[in-house]
Amino acid sequence: MKMLSYKFRVVVLACACVFSQTAVAAETLSIVQKRGHVQCGVSQGLPGFSNPDDKGNWVGMDVDICRAVAAAVFGDSAKVKFTPLSAKERFTALQSGEVDMLARNTTWSMHRDTALGVDFTGVNYYDGQGFMVRKELGIKSTLELGGASLCTNLGTTTELNAADYFRTNNMEYEIVAFEKADEAVAAYNTGRCDAYTTDQSALYAQRLKLTDPAAHVVLPEIISKEPLGPVVRQGDDQWGDIVRWAHFAMVNAEELGVTSKNVDKMKGDKNPAIRRLLGVDGTFGENMGISNDWAYHIIRTVGNYSETFERNVGKATPLGIARGVNALWTQGGLQYAPPVR
Amino acid sequence: MAEWTPTPPRPAPASSVGFSAWARRNLFATPGDVAFTVLGAAFIIWLGNVIIDWAFINASFAGDDRTACLKPVQGACWPFIDAKLGQFIYGRYPEAETWRVNLVFLFGAVGLVPMLVPAAPFKSFNIAFLLGFYPVFTFVMLTGGLFGLAEVETTDWGGLLVTLVVAVTGIAASLPLGIMLALGRRSKLPIIRYFCIGFIEVFRGVPLITVLFMASVMLPLFLPDGVNFDKLMRCLIGVALFSSAYMAEVVRGGLQAIPKGQYEAGAALGLGYWKTTRLIILPQALKLVIPGIVNTFIGLFKDTTLVLIVGLFDLLGIVQFHFTDASWATPETHITGYVFAGAVFWVFCFAMSRYSIFMENRLSTGR
Amino acid sequence: MSEKPIIARWRARVGQRDVLAQVLVALLVIMAVYWLVGNVVSNLERQNVASGFGFFNERAGFGINQTLIDYNEDNSYGRVLVVGLLNTLLVSVLGIAAASFLGFVIGIGRLSQNWLISKLAMVYIEIFRNVPLLLQIMFWYFGVLRNLPVPRQSLDLGELMFLNNRGFVLPAIEAGAGAIWYGLAAIIGITAVFWFKRRARRILVATGTIASVWRPAASIFLLALVMAYLIAGVPFQLDVPVLRGFNFRGGISVIPEFVALLLALSLYTASFIAEIVRAGIEAVDKGQREAAAALGFTRSQSLNLVIVPQALRVIIPPLTSQYLNLTKNSSLAVAIAYPDIVSVFAGTTLTQVGQAVEIILVTMLIYLTLSLLTSLIMNWYNARIALAGGTHG
Repeated sequence: MKMLSYKFRVVVLACACVFSQTAVAAETLSIVQKRGHVQCGVSQGLPGFSNPDDKGNWVGMDVDICRAVAAAVFGDSAKVKFTPLSAKERFTALQSGEVDMLARNTTWSMHRDTALGVDFTGVNYYDGQGFMVRKELGIKSTLELGGASLCTNLGTTTELNAADYFRTNNMEYEIVAFEKADEAVAAYNTGRCDAYTTDQSALYAQRLKLTDPAAHVVLPEIISKEPLGPVVRQGDDQWGDIVRWAHFAMVNAEELGVTSKNVDKMKGDKNPAIRRLLGVDGTFGENMGISNDWAYHIIRTVGNYSETFERNVGKATPLGIARGVNALWTQGGLQYAPPVR
Repeated sequence: MAEWTPTPPRPAPASSVGFSAWARRNLFATPGDVAFTVLGAAFIIWLGNVIIDWAFINASFAGDDRTACLKPVQGACWPFIDAKLGQFIYGRYPEAETWRVNLVFLFGAVGLVPMLVPAAPFKSFNIAFLLGFYPVFTFVMLTGGLFGLAEVETTDWGGLLVTLVVAVTGIAASLPLGIMLALGRRSKLPIIRYFCIGFIEVFRGVPLITVLFMASVMLPLFLPDGVNFDKLMRCLIGVALFSSAYMAEVVRGGLQAIPKGQYEAGAALGLGYWKTTRLIILPQALKLVIPGIVNTFIGLFKDTTLVLIVGLFDLLGIVQFHFTDASWATPETHITGYVFAGAVFWVFCFAMSRYSIFMENRLSTGR
Repeated sequence: MSEKPIIARWRARVGQRDVLAQVLVALLVIMAVYWLVGNVVSNLERQNVASGFGFFNERAGFGINQTLIDYNEDNSYGRVLVVGLLNTLLVSVLGIAAASFLGFVIGIGRLSQNWLISKLAMVYIEIFRNVPLLLQIMFWYFGVLRNLPVPRQSLDLGELMFLNNRGFVLPAIEAGAGAIWYGLAAIIGITAVFWFKRRARRILVATGTIASVWRPAASIFLLALVMAYLIAGVPFQLDVPVLRGFNFRGGISVIPEFVALLLALSLYTASFIAEIVRAGIEAVDKGQREAAAALGFTRSQSLNLVIVPQALRVIIPPLTSQYLNLTKNSSLAVAIAYPDIVSVFAGTTLTQVGQAVEIILVTMLIYLTLSLLTSLIMNWYNARIALAGGTHG
């Protein structure tokens, strides 16, 4: 009888545990504030976007978006931790709350936006799919790739775009799809494939990992639209707003000429647009549930859009990518942020 | 009269002793044997040449980047291993903190070696150290965040450290779980029995990689909103459940070999089910299947490499990862890296299998 | 039988406790399942994720580089599943055949009287079974096959077969209308083997003499082949691959991912099978071998007629689990882009569709079914040889 009652108590305890854990959908912002840092899902290593440097610090454009969100919430861009995710895991990790946001060079597509329970908050890099081949092949155009073997990453939009493109142009092809980007690049490097295909920015990034980067050329054509942007869970609009406006703040800052160097001086500027952006006037931060100088902290610690672009992927970096379509709308590009008003 | 003296025994004929006789018996007994021996010897000489050329004569031993390994006839690129050795052992674990990992390794060895030597004293103290103190110590040391130790996230763990953490946790968790499952499978209570059979057969019927996929992409969905585990933790759970199913079948083999009389003897002494099992049945059954248990451990150790597919950097994963370092990209880097990783795994697995044979011999003489 | 009251009471108490324990376990399991499923449903619902199996009929839209049945991008995810499953089966079946052959050879070599051969076999076994399979797969794929030449400098085997880093290109045999006669000849040959085998067994049981099987069967097969040739001539054409553009066109192309996977799976599993074969043969009583020798059997006769049939009974059960392991291990294909079921279904399809729960469950269910089927076939075979041993032994 003694044993029985003991068992009974164990069971009661177990039941209590089970039912006390019933899901309470808390809002992301308050969870993040309580936890003390933003948990951000990034790639497993893509130079220029999210890649650990020699000292193990994550750097890149996607990383900067995460840091910007941390700066907006905490006033401190260091209060962020990174979770490297494979292409396969990324959406589940976001859906399940393992990460608060994704900034993982993820293409905004309708299926993902509508059927996966996630929301894209904007586009921090306008990309398109391209091809990289060996220079010695003497190929000038993607249309000469009929019959080629293509190495790519399994389960990306890339795989689908390549299939569409080759079929539309009546070209034969062989696809070799790897679970990890590194493996795909390694296979291309060994000569398993004639071409490596992925987002063009990533081609430049991955080329750096090849034995002899100069022996490979990125073909000029872009065969698809790949708007890459941060992703949040569907249904938490407040958190979505913060992530969305963290990016917009950086674009607006570039447009208004505010940089990490002059931001303190700019706080005293007379331009009402700058005053609103930096939280001198208005209660734009409070409306999102964070402090009013949210954008000031982003620009002070991360910089404006131009700064993060040039620092991570720009001309002075090994990637050497020109602004192109990612220039501001005032300079003929696509980066356009709604006004802070 | 001369006293009779026995003739000393004549030595065996020269043709039946010594190397030549041994060779005749074991290498050149029949014409077919001669052919096999010649072929085999030729193969060994050829292979030996290839290996020595590759590993020593044409290999590079010093250098700071790929230029050291680009000779026209290049063998192994050992400087690559030398340059990356720290990464291969600790992954991205902060360099200033690696003493913590070393301490964990050291304590593990100190606890394990006397455990494995049957003659060593203080076994129960040893067990208490390994099962009580050591796991807590390891956890605190590796993750930090307590006693002024800097916190190190598991995403920074890598290399041999992750391999050993996954393997040791899997081994430590799978044995008790496996024993429970095996007892459950032999239980006379149908619901418990069917539950255990179902669990064992499902996990034995699917590949580990699907279990790991489940742990990495599905497990988060099984938990309530806001509750989640570390990725390493999820893989550990997957590996532990998977190997416990295999362990259960090994233990069941031992349980089946125990004669019915042992159970009856337990009952006759007035012992209940748990006491009979704990004091009479399990000690005998486990002793019988030690080789099987060690084999499962070896399998588990090799299976830890699969965590690289779900994005953890175990020893093989980190070696694979460093192939992408352009400053070490040479035609021989891959093979050198694989040979290195293979050798490390081989040493561990071979040691375990020898130990299992040693225990088997020791125990079989005792019976 | 009458029981002493104390035991009866003890039994009754144990009985009650057992029932209670079971009810509790059942309750716990049900609650756990309810809780887990509830979490999944609420998680997915809250996030507005699609569910169900409707995606099976949707257009897949991606290419696969090895398909045993017709497949193109317009086919559905359902067909992707079948393509992946067939690729898994292909590499498993060929791997099982190769590993068995190699394993038996090495296992018998391990017991050879020849010291050198025995040690060579031992070294093979100890090396291959103590290194992780995934590492071996990657070694062959990223380490060894990468050193093969590019298509333009392919290793040329008699102008018919070509080996390069895109794989192994073989000429395809295209059969014309008359090929049916050759098919008929093959059927006749196979039937002859079976018939002569049965006849040999009958004669053996009746008279104790050993009748030959292969010689008459082979002559009948040859005769049938000649007949077919006289009727139909040579209705076969060789489709020889030619180098055009990036790679060879025509013929059959065996992709390197397949070669690496098959190689690694067979070499790895063979080391385990060799040990099983050795243990099986050693388990046969020494007296059996001596009895065979006393009856005047030659070495190969004693091996074929006495040792192996008895050893098989010991060998089959562990061999079965090696076959199961090989099939499950073929899922490591995903690491080197061989399009097996885990790669194309639990990989590409999962990321495109995003329904992790359904897809992982279906994949696991398929592997469970495969395991069950293999077990059934091997158990049937095991029962059959056990019975044969019983009647004639």
